[in-house]
Amino acid sequence: MATDTPNAVSNESRLMSGADILVQGLVDHGVEVIFAYPGGASMPLHQALTRYKDRLRTILPRHEQGGTFAAQGYARATGKVGVCMATSGPGATNLVTGIADAKLDSIPLIAISGQVKTNVIGSDAFQETPIVEVCRGITKHHYLVTDVNDLPRIIREAFHIATTGRPGPVLIDMPKDVQLAQIIPDWEEPLALPGYTVTTPEAKQEQVNQVAAAIKLAKKPIIYAGGGIIAAGASEELRTLQEKTGFPTTMTVMGLGAFPASNPMCMDMVGMHGSVYSNYAINEADFILALGVRFDDRVTGKLSEFAKNAKIVHVDIDASELNKNKLAHIPVCSDVKYFLGELNKIVAKGEDISPWQKQCKDWKAADPFKYDEEFDGIYQQHAIRELWKATHEMDPIITVGVGQHQMWAAQFYPFDEPRRWQSSSGLGTMGFGLPAAMGAQIACPDRLVIDIDGDGSFQMNIQELATLYCEKIPVKVLLLNNQHLGMVVQWEDRFMKGNRAHTYLGPIDHLEATGKGGKPYAQERYPDFVQIAKGYGCGAATVKNKSDLPAAMKEMLTYDGPYVLDVEVPYQAHVLPMIPSGGTVRDMITS
Amino acid sequence: MRHVLSAIVQNVPGVLAHISGMLASRGYNIDSLAVGETEIPRLSRMTFVVVGDERVLDQVRKQLEKIVTVVRVEDISSQDYVERDLMLLKVACEPGPTRSEIRELVDIFRGRIVDVGPAQMMIEISGRESKIEAFIERMRPFGIKELVRTGRIAMVRSESNPGVTAHRPPLKTAGVPLREAQ
Repeated sequence: MATDTPNAVSNESRLMSGADILVQGLVDHGVEVIFAYPGGASMPLHQALTRYKDRLRTILPRHEQGGTFAAQGYARATGKVGVCMATSGPGATNLVTGIADAKLDSIPLIAISGQVKTNVIGSDAFQETPIVEVCRGITKHHYLVTDVNDLPRIIREAFHIATTGRPGPVLIDMPKDVQLAQIIPDWEEPLALPGYTVTTPEAKQEQVNQVAAAIKLAKKPIIYAGGGIIAAGASEELRTLQEKTGFPTTMTVMGLGAFPASNPMCMDMVGMHGSVYSNYAINEADFILALGVRFDDRVTGKLSEFAKNAKIVHVDIDASELNKNKLAHIPVCSDVKYFLGELNKIVAKGEDISPWQKQCKDWKAADPFKYDEEFDGIYQQHAIRELWKATHEMDPIITVGVGQHQMWAAQFYPFDEPRRWQSSSGLGTMGFGLPAAMGAQIACPDRLVIDIDGDGSFQMNIQELATLYCEKIPVKVLLLNNQHLGMVVQWEDRFMKGNRAHTYLGPIDHLEATGKGGKPYAQERYPDFVQIAKGYGCGAATVKNKSDLPAAMKEMLTYDGPYVLDVEVPYQAHVLPMIPSGGTVRDMITS
Repeated sequence: MRHVLSAIVQNVPGVLAHISGMLASRGYNIDSLAVGETEIPRLSRMTFVVVGDERVLDQVRKQLEKIVTVVRVEDISSQDYVERDLMLLKVACEPGPTRSEIRELVDIFRGRIVDVGPAQMMIEISGRESKIEAFIERMRPFGIKELVRTGRIAMVRSESNPGVTAHRPPLKTAGVPLREAQ
């Protein structure tokens, strides 16, 4: 640097390393916590993080994937950007699943990876992977920073892209020499995003009028609401619309909480494992108001038969979702909050829908979610319902893994408010629940956060128990332990004559491994989760008797610190109802 | 149905990989793809020939527009446009009467002979796809040794009556200063 100029001292004091610029950029964007696992190529970044520790908490997950889901847990709880970081090579590739997950569930996430120095990129250097190449299709956008001067702009672009329009993950790959390079950052450099629409799309007035007119003509309407409502913060507007119209309302697994489950016109979850009544209602409807949804195959089953006789209004902020899977009669590209706000100004009741409302209520009364309440052990559904009884007044955040327990939690733990429910819904990533709960607990330190997990999913990120203990994060885990990969077992039972194909989680010489085990419980239990949890420093207990469950839950809820309640459950239970993949409402299995 | 899409993209590393990856992963059938710089060095133009119905085309267009580095996408084939494909072709021709026969064909197709070797000739020809393909067929009997094509490029004609122009949105780059590529 030139030192002979008169303002050399002040210039030198304004010099920052790329690593400091990045961390400063995070702080400037209101980031409170980063989940970061260090390595050779990200050490300068971690050194910078220590210099900002009074403004930015760094949490060391025990696996980079845990970091991505913790960042998601934070983002899903708050609506703000979640941030995670890893080193180059294996660190970066361990981010991949969490990034893909955030893409499919539209979660604002910034993932930062260290990268080998720019002069060796492409030489198969130690711990080099072309992570931007790997992640192109699973990010909303991605950067390989080759010039430290671009960094201030790139940070601002990354936050802008992650949070606007349809939210999503952005990857910033930071070569080590860029982290170390010293410059005076230009924080004012304009964004260079000619291909990214700055304005949020808003419905045209004539489209709103058209929808209001269509609403008046509907005799058998239903609102089909998804994660877009929650991302847009449009739950209030949705409730207002429902109040004004009286329409029955159903939700996707991403939309749970957008509309209160306690409302009599709430039809609960729709789709493969949705309620009987919501699937009946969608099938019979003559008008569907689809808000922030994407007609996913787990909702629609056979597309050509889905809502065959309905006029479909589809509102989404992402134009490419409109007419992608299902043709809409009125496609509206709009921020759903804006759309509902405008619609609520003019919407009025039209046709008398009281016979339809009554029909929906009758369906709902006839086929509630149910299980064998007489069973003298603990069914998974029973455990979840008991948990709801014990905790719903505390308004907790519930996270889940993926599989049977996830669907049962969606069915038996109803929510009245958004951002209380976190599920890897699009990608369906096992191991999501524990780290997501960790992130949610950090976002909401005063709230109760419970991971309802299965023993398969739990083991996929079980190492995060260490993070919970070491960082004093008091997450509770309700572990529904059936010793099997329950959802796959269910499909084996239903469609493959019960042939067990690597779905038993105990030793391979056990009878259960070949499907010849005793019922209803697996005879031996493996591993010993209580011992594992205690080894990590967490509280833990196991429970098998139905009568012991309430006390065991109380023990968990009052424990000061992270806690695992291992619940022994049978492995024969199936998630019902079920519409087999690619089927229609007529194929629904209810027993 | 055959459509010609023209996309203005940011001239930054990885754009082509991003776009071709998106097209491949979503299973879209692309007949041809050509890419090159435009009059603005920081922007490139890509020309795609897509085969599919309106719905496929609509999805391809929307998915392209979703890519952050894609600035604008137009369906050129819905307008009056000029389309060209450039081909270099090496054909076998021993000295003798076949040479003049080939020369005649090259003249008819308004091509040019750009290289002559002891037993081969290189021919340059440009035009619409149908013309290029017809020429290839004529050359086949002589023995095509090697053939390379640029892929289709296209441009909308100037309007003869500017009063009734189709709406063409301005480039989103207007007023946005971009850092010059280094």
